[in-house]
Amino acid sequence: MQPWPRFIAFRIVRLALVLIAVALVAFALAKMSPVDPINAYLGPDIAKVGPEQRALIAAEWGLDQPVGVQFTKWLGNLLAGDLGWSVTYNAPVAEVIGTRFRTSLVLMGLAWIFSGLFGFALGIAAGAWQGGWADRLIRVYAYVLASTPTFWIAILLLMVFSVSLGWTPVCCAGPVGVLPEDVTLVERIRHLILPLAALSILGIAQIALHTRAKMIEIMRSDYVLYAQAQGASRLDIALRHGARNAALPAITVLFASLGELFGGSVLAEQVFAYPGLGRATIEAGIRGDVPLLLAITLFTTLFVSTGNTIADALYRLVDPRMADPDAVQGAAP
Amino acid sequence: MTLAAHHGETARRLNGRATAAILAASGLAIVLGVLVAAGLLGQTGIRADFAARLLPPSLAHPFGTDPMGRDMLARTIKGLAVSLKVGLLAASFSVVIATALALAAATLGRGADAVVSFLVDATMGLPHLVLLILISFALGGGTTAVIIAVAVTHWPRLTRILRAEILQLRHAEYVTVSRRFGRSWWFVARHHFLPHLVPQMLVGLVLMFPHAILHEAGLTFLGFGLEPSLPAIGILLSESMRYLTAGRWWLGLFPGLSLLLVVLCFDAIGNGLRTLTDPRASQE
Repeated sequence: MQPWPRFIAFRIVRLALVLIAVALVAFALAKMSPVDPINAYLGPDIAKVGPEQRALIAAEWGLDQPVGVQFTKWLGNLLAGDLGWSVTYNAPVAEVIGTRFRTSLVLMGLAWIFSGLFGFALGIAAGAWQGGWADRLIRVYAYVLASTPTFWIAILLLMVFSVSLGWTPVCCAGPVGVLPEDVTLVERIRHLILPLAALSILGIAQIALHTRAKMIEIMRSDYVLYAQAQGASRLDIALRHGARNAALPAITVLFASLGELFGGSVLAEQVFAYPGLGRATIEAGIRGDVPLLLAITLFTTLFVSTGNTIADALYRLVDPRMADPDAVQGAAP
Repeated sequence: MTLAAHHGETARRLNGRATAAILAASGLAIVLGVLVAAGLLGQTGIRADFAARLLPPSLAHPFGTDPMGRDMLARTIKGLAVSLKVGLLAASFSVVIATALALAAATLGRGADAVVSFLVDATMGLPHLVLLILISFALGGGTTAVIIAVAVTHWPRLTRILRAEILQLRHAEYVTVSRRFGRSWWFVARHHFLPHLVPQMLVGLVLMFPHAILHEAGLTFLGFGLEPSLPAIGILLSESMRYLTAGRWWLGLFPGLSLLLVVLCFDAIGNGLRTLTDPRASQE
């Protein structure tokens, strides 16, 4: 097995390489796009601008230079901390990502915690009482939800709670016409409930299924048999042995699912018009705001890859055999 | 474990195989039914009828009608057929990519393995949806863009499975013998590895399908996917958003529910196939 310092160093180098590769591919993709950045910038003013002015804009943005030069300049600026200017939000990209991510982080962070807690509890219950009514109910819930489009759940929630019942607001992160900094905490929570529910409902299903499988494995182990022989009740076993042993795998899955969490948040934010990073991604893509789109790509890659790296490290803690995947393969029957 | 307990488990397993087969067959039947119905529909559901705008569900229109008076049931079935076609193409391409990369990783030495493993890491390190948006943006949207985008984002998991499968085969006696006879790399890959991978590829394809369809619908819903003129489920649902606050619940409910049903069918087919092709499940 690789020693830990080497593993960590190796992982960090790999993360850096992934980021460079993603930067390269993302830049190439943006360059490939038929969306002309100047047209996208001008929008409806397109008719008022002559070819000379277009040439001026192109020179100002460096678009008249070869692609290679453009890429190195962009990467250089990026490393120097200058992410560029977002035309869509008329603000520096770093600032847009900063404020938007904070808004999304509340949503994603809470959904992440709820998914973990409830998913884990449901998974333990289902696995410990395998075949019982709770298990059946939880299994149906988890399987059905795993196949449900996130945005449809969001639409349904909106239909029932905002339109029919009128309990929750229809959109956004605060009441319309109120400045973001003036929104009260109560209003904030009221606007957060539905997107949070949409994201958590799906996250819970995944963690529950995973924990259930782990729990069934634990219930068949020798130490559980021994505990049963000593007269421990099922609840006792579930809490003392099950929860402890299933916790780390569940946390691992949570870290490995940050990509799906962000994907879900993009869709949920679109349905609820929640002004987070997900909506910024969509806006950047639709308006052809290349600097913002590229920066978001790199930022989310960093976010998700870090989660994957933590998950890999946790796998090693849980099962040292994972340090050498080939060894596991060889050991399999 | 006592003999009786073991016997009980065997009976349950057998039962599981039968259930899996039945579930898979009914899933397949529903999916084929949707495709046939979409073919039979022809122009129904495309034609606008302004006398029947936004009707709630009734016997004549079980799923209601849309703002242009088109029957939502017909549009939903057509949308599902579009989703199925896009999903099938995207998932098939993805399986081809996964097989090629797995073969390269497992047989072309350490360097190739490292490159493939890096590609897997890089692809998994990006949120799928962001990569999908980026690719769709690069290709200017449309059906082809969606198929390519979904195909190049869904291969990593299957690549890992297939690679592990080939690694187990690599030192099998018949492979060694074949090599000693001077068979080329391509011959060994074609005659010894690929036939062995077919069940895994098939299961991988079917299990990839739901993801492909859901991502297609999501991308289309966000406005990066299929052309708005197509009756895709993502389009229907994004249209429904505009009439949601007016209380036209049927526009959003039924297309999503149908999509869910189709995805569940594929899960049933995939899991059924996996149970039926798994030698460990067939022993008892």
